Amino acid sequence: MAGPTASVTPLLTPLTAALLAVCAWFVPGVGHLWLRRTQKGIVFLAVLPVMFAIGLALQGRLFPFHIPEPLVALAALADLGIGALYFVAWGLGLGAGNVVAPSYEYGNTFLIVAGLLNVLVALDAYDIAVGRK
Amino acid sequence: MHSHLLLLVVFSALTSLVFAVLQRDTPREQGRLWLLLFAGFLGAALVLGWVMYPFPGGPA
Repeated sequence: MAGPTASVTPLLTPLTAALLAVCAWFVPGVGHLWLRRTQKGIVFLAVLPVMFAIGLALQGRLFPFHIPEPLVALAALADLGIGALYFVAWGLGLGAGNVVAPSYEYGNTFLIVAGLLNVLVALDAYDIAVGRK
Repeated sequence: MHSHLLLLVVFSALTSLVFAVLQRDTPREQGRLWLLLFAGFLGAALVLGWVMYPFPGGPA
Protein backbone atom coordinates (compact mmCIF):
# COMPACT_ATOMS: atom_id res chain seq x y z
CA MET A 1 0.00 0.00 0.00
CA ALA A 2 1.62 3.22 -1.14
CA GLY A 3 1.15 5.98 1.40
CA PRO A 4 1.62 9.67 0.74
CA THR A 5 5.23 9.48 1.95
CA ALA A 6 6.18 6.33 0.06
CA SER A 7 7.99 8.27 -2.66
CA VAL A 8 10.35 10.03 -0.24
CA THR A 9 13.94 8.95 -0.95
CA PRO A 10 15.76 7.37 2.01
CA LEU A 11 18.46 9.69 3.31
CA LEU A 12 20.58 6.91 4.78
CA THR A 13 21.19 3.20 4.32
CA PRO A 14 19.27 0.94 6.75
CA LEU A 15 22.41 0.23 8.77
CA THR A 16 23.32 3.90 9.08
CA ALA A 17 19.71 4.73 9.92
CA ALA A 18 19.81 2.14 12.73
CA LEU A 19 23.03 3.70 14.02
CA LEU A 20 21.37 7.09 13.85
CA ALA A 21 18.40 5.79 15.89
CA VAL A 22 20.74 4.48 18.59
CA CYS A 23 22.60 7.82 18.69
CA ALA A 24 19.26 9.66 18.77
CA TRP A 25 18.21 7.57 21.77
CA PHE A 26 21.55 8.00 23.53
CA VAL A 27 21.63 11.81 23.23
CA PRO A 28 18.25 13.53 22.78
CA GLY A 29 18.01 15.53 19.56
CA VAL A 30 21.23 14.24 18.00
CA GLY A 31 19.33 12.25 15.36
CA HIS A 32 17.59 15.36 14.07
CA LEU A 33 20.83 17.35 14.19
CA TRP A 34 22.50 14.57 12.13
CA LEU A 35 19.69 14.91 9.57
CA ARG A 36 20.12 18.70 9.55
CA ARG A 37 16.77 19.32 11.22
CA THR A 38 18.66 21.80 13.36
CA GLN A 39 15.74 23.64 14.92
CA LYS A 40 14.04 20.42 15.99
CA GLY A 41 17.29 18.93 17.24
CA ILE A 42 18.10 21.93 19.39
CA VAL A 43 14.61 21.95 20.92
CA PHE A 44 14.84 18.25 21.81
CA LEU A 45 18.40 18.64 23.08
CA ALA A 46 17.25 21.42 25.40
CA VAL A 47 13.79 20.32 26.52
CA LEU A 48 14.18 16.59 27.22
CA PRO A 49 17.20 16.88 29.55
CA VAL A 50 15.42 19.73 31.35
CA MET A 51 12.38 17.50 31.91
CA PHE A 52 14.65 14.72 33.18
CA ALA A 53 16.47 17.14 35.51
CA ILE A 54 13.17 18.48 36.86
CA GLY A 55 12.10 14.90 37.57
CA LEU A 56 15.27 14.31 39.58
CA ALA A 57 14.92 17.64 41.37
CA LEU A 58 11.37 16.69 42.38
CA GLN A 59 12.83 13.59 44.07
CA GLY A 60 11.46 11.16 41.52
CA ARG A 61 12.85 7.66 41.33
CA LEU A 62 14.80 5.89 38.60
CA PHE A 63 13.05 2.56 38.89
CA PRO A 64 15.02 -0.71 38.98
CA PHE A 65 14.50 -3.51 36.47
CA HIS A 66 12.52 -5.67 38.87
CA ILE A 67 10.86 -8.23 36.59
CA PRO A 68 8.52 -9.78 39.24
CA GLU A 69 6.83 -6.36 39.40
CA PRO A 70 5.92 -5.68 35.76
CA LEU A 71 4.81 -2.08 36.29
CA VAL A 72 8.11 -1.23 37.99
CA ALA A 73 10.03 -2.89 35.15
CA LEU A 74 8.01 -0.92 32.58
CA ALA A 75 8.69 2.31 34.46
CA ALA A 76 12.40 1.41 34.44
CA LEU A 77 12.25 0.84 30.70
CA ALA A 78 10.58 4.24 30.24
CA ASP A 79 13.25 5.89 32.43
CA LEU A 80 15.95 4.29 30.30
CA GLY A 81 14.42 5.95 27.24
CA ILE A 82 16.28 9.17 28.02
CA GLY A 83 19.57 7.51 27.03
CA ALA A 84 22.96 8.64 28.36
CA LEU A 85 21.43 10.86 31.04
CA TYR A 86 19.96 7.78 32.71
CA PHE A 87 23.45 6.31 33.15
CA VAL A 88 24.91 9.65 34.25
CA ALA A 89 22.19 10.05 36.91
CA TRP A 90 22.61 6.45 37.98
CA GLY A 91 26.39 6.87 38.19
CA LEU A 92 26.02 9.99 40.32
CA GLY A 93 23.66 8.20 42.68
CA LEU A 94 20.71 10.41 41.70
CA GLY A 95 17.15 9.19 41.30
CA ALA A 96 16.94 7.27 44.56
CA GLY A 97 13.46 8.72 45.01
CA ASN A 98 11.87 9.96 48.21
CA VAL A 99 8.47 8.33 48.49
CA VAL A 100 7.30 10.66 51.28
CA ALA A 101 8.17 13.84 49.36
CA PRO A 102 5.05 15.70 48.15
CA SER A 103 6.57 15.96 44.67
CA TYR A 104 7.58 12.27 44.40
CA GLU A 105 4.88 11.25 41.90
CA TYR A 106 5.39 14.43 39.89
CA GLY A 107 9.08 13.60 39.70
CA ASN A 108 8.33 10.09 38.48
CA THR A 109 5.99 11.51 35.85
CA PHE A 110 8.63 13.91 34.53
CA LEU A 111 11.27 11.14 34.42
CA ILE A 112 9.04 8.60 32.70
CA VAL A 113 7.57 11.04 30.19
CA ALA A 114 11.00 12.46 29.31
CA GLY A 115 12.18 8.93 28.52
CA LEU A 116 9.12 8.05 26.47
CA LEU A 117 9.26 11.31 24.52
CA ASN A 118 12.92 10.67 23.70
CA VAL A 119 12.02 7.24 22.31
CA LEU A 120 9.38 8.95 20.17
CA VAL A 121 11.96 11.49 18.99
CA ALA A 122 14.46 8.73 18.13
CA LEU A 123 11.81 6.82 16.15
CA ASP A 124 10.91 10.03 14.30
CA ALA A 125 14.56 10.54 13.36
CA TYR A 126 14.73 6.93 12.13
CA ASP A 127 11.55 7.41 10.04
CA ILE A 128 13.04 10.51 8.40
CA ALA A 129 16.31 8.70 7.74
CA VAL A 130 14.68 5.75 5.97
CA GLY A 131 12.36 7.99 3.95
CA ARG A 132 9.06 7.31 5.70
CA LYS A 133 8.56 11.02 6.43
CA MET B 1 8.52 23.64 44.17
CA HIS B 2 5.37 22.08 45.60
CA SER B 3 2.71 24.03 43.73
CA HIS B 4 0.61 21.45 41.91
CA LEU B 5 -0.64 24.05 39.45
CA LEU B 6 2.87 25.28 38.64
CA LEU B 7 4.09 21.72 38.08
CA LEU B 8 1.08 21.07 35.86
CA VAL B 9 1.84 24.19 33.81
CA VAL B 10 5.56 23.33 33.44
CA PHE B 11 4.84 19.72 32.50
CA SER B 12 2.15 20.72 30.01
CA ALA B 13 4.30 23.41 28.41
CA LEU B 14 7.34 21.15 27.90
CA THR B 15 5.44 18.07 26.77
CA SER B 16 3.33 20.13 24.34
CA LEU B 17 6.49 21.73 22.96
CA VAL B 18 8.06 18.35 22.14
CA PHE B 19 4.86 17.10 20.50
CA ALA B 20 4.42 20.30 18.48
CA VAL B 21 8.01 20.35 17.22
CA LEU B 22 7.80 16.66 16.40
CA GLN B 23 4.58 16.96 14.41
CA ARG B 24 5.04 20.26 12.53
CA ASP B 25 7.87 21.63 10.43
CA THR B 26 7.57 25.41 10.43
CA PRO B 27 7.89 27.53 13.58
CA ARG B 28 4.52 29.15 12.92
CA GLU B 29 2.71 25.80 12.70
CA GLN B 30 4.64 24.53 15.70
CA GLY B 31 3.61 27.55 17.75
CA ARG B 32 -0.02 27.11 16.81
CA LEU B 33 -0.04 23.40 17.69
CA TRP B 34 1.88 24.11 20.91
CA LEU B 35 -0.78 26.58 22.01
CA LEU B 36 -3.56 24.13 21.17
CA LEU B 37 -1.92 21.22 23.00
CA PHE B 38 -0.95 23.35 25.99
CA ALA B 39 -4.50 24.67 26.34
CA GLY B 40 -5.81 21.12 25.94
CA PHE B 41 -3.52 19.79 28.68
CA LEU B 42 -4.45 22.57 31.11
CA GLY B 43 -8.14 22.54 30.27
CA ALA B 44 -8.45 18.75 30.55
CA ALA B 45 -6.57 18.69 33.88
CA LEU B 46 -8.66 21.49 35.37
CA VAL B 47 -11.96 20.00 34.17
CA LEU B 48 -11.04 16.50 35.38
CA GLY B 49 -9.87 17.91 38.70
CA TRP B 50 -13.13 19.76 39.10
CA VAL B 51 -15.20 16.67 38.16
CA MET B 52 -13.30 14.52 40.70
CA TYR B 53 -13.57 17.12 43.46
CA PRO B 54 -16.51 15.48 45.31
CA PHE B 55 -15.00 11.97 45.22
CA PRO B 56 -13.92 10.32 48.48
CA GLY B 57 -10.42 11.29 49.59
CA GLY B 58 -10.87 14.92 48.57
CA PRO B 59 -12.12 17.81 50.69
CA ALA B 60 -15.47 17.13 52.41
